[in-house]
Amino acid sequence: MKIGVLALQGGFIEHIGALHALQVDSFEIRKREDLQTAMDGLILPGGESTVIGKLLKELDLFHALNEQIQNGLPVFGTCAGMILLAKKIRGTDTAYFGAIDMEVKRNAYGRQLGSFFTEAAFKGIGVIPMTFIRAPYIEWAAPEVEILSEVNKRIVAVRQNNLLATAYHPELTADNRVHRYFIEQIVEKRGKP
Amino acid sequence: MQAEIEKQYELNKNLAQMLKGGVIMDVSTPEQARIAEQAGAVAVMALERIPADIRAAGGVSRMSDPKMIRSIQQVVSIPVMAKVRIGHFVEAQILEAIEIDYIDESEVLSPADDKYHIDKSKFKVPFVCGAKNIGEALRRIAEGASMIRTKGEPGTGDVIQAVRHIRAMTSEIRRVQSMKEDELYYAAKELQVPYELLRSVHENGKLPVVNFAAGGVATPADAALMMQLGAEGVFVGSGIFKSGNPAKRAQAIIKAVTNFSDPHVLAEISEDLGEAMVGINESEIQLLMAERGI
Repeated sequence: MKIGVLALQGGFIEHIGALHALQVDSFEIRKREDLQTAMDGLILPGGESTVIGKLLKELDLFHALNEQIQNGLPVFGTCAGMILLAKKIRGTDTAYFGAIDMEVKRNAYGRQLGSFFTEAAFKGIGVIPMTFIRAPYIEWAAPEVEILSEVNKRIVAVRQNNLLATAYHPELTADNRVHRYFIEQIVEKRGKP
Repeated sequence: MQAEIEKQYELNKNLAQMLKGGVIMDVSTPEQARIAEQAGAVAVMALERIPADIRAAGGVSRMSDPKMIRSIQQVVSIPVMAKVRIGHFVEAQILEAIEIDYIDESEVLSPADDKYHIDKSKFKVPFVCGAKNIGEALRRIAEGASMIRTKGEPGTGDVIQAVRHIRAMTSEIRRVQSMKEDELYYAAKELQVPYELLRSVHENGKLPVVNFAAGGVATPADAALMMQLGAEGVFVGSGIFKSGNPAKRAQAIIKAVTNFSDPHVLAEISEDLGEAMVGINESEIQLLMAERGI
């Protein structure tokens, strides 16, 4: 198994570390040639969504990745990565992959003074540590989107088919159960009944 | 209380982690901030005069007008940073009051205190500080900085000092890494830094916070050079808005930071950028800002 980690900007090293701890192979995606390596799953890390979104297009990665996502590639997006997966971003007409039927709000908790740490439930896993850094949250999600965590009555983690998204950063904590969920429940089960 | 402070410090270090692989740009108007964001800057540094102009104007330079900073906060969704004078904790209180995302306690402005830096652990907002060696870096971290940048020599367009500082830092880190455990106590004394922080460097082979390059970066090649030397991201000050085509140069520098180790990409994006900032050589300048705040 091999997981591609989008490494254009942001906290991608932390995801590679979490995968490494689970003994899962990964590789960095920085330019078009990197996509010649076949992948079983993709991680879209945290960072600045405007930056990553722009570089995706300018480095000619967007269409190739979008095609794989449309074809059912398992994807895990955290924070900015979640924004890239959303169908709608509040206050703009821009969307990136638009693959999860939900609307997200950028910087929903305000500036850095609004960043926080908490512990809350993740459906099927239990209580996990959650680090929110200038984080978005999900305003609404379509009925076919499964809600995995809520904090203060806001949706902060969801799954739609092979796509997993969290507003917080599991990769910033030593707890790698969400990564394990992605690998075991989504990547390994792809195409199996 | 102590637990709250530690939690906040962790969040502040985490924000810097999310800025990695990015370019932070100096801007002095909302217009420039928008250009920077559209070009793909990961954050902007709001200041009334960019370092090259501070250098040209001389005199005392201070924190920017909060109104100007707010006007920039209003037009961009990326983090907004601003500078305070070294040791000027009241300027820092003011920036915290307007909910700045990161404070740069910066040698670019005139120092307000020749002895004490700000006790940054008293603040909820994060601080980035300049350093030209591991001693300065760990002292700033001990005071509560959650991000470090090399000092370089701001406003010159000459990268030599930033290179010197990042090389000094990475070679000192390697030296600390290879020390025997009992040698760490003596090294902590020599470097005038807390033992625990030095021990963390010894164990992890890196500073306990994110480390960016700053000062004198003017071209995509300069930015990639800093990344190959071990920086985790780059600040660009005067290099962008003192050049012929700021938007294009900004985009090129951003791509250079993402693909810093690929000469083919670097060759392509280095083409046709128009005029770089003229720059001043290190030997031609009177004021060495890097000597401020050790």
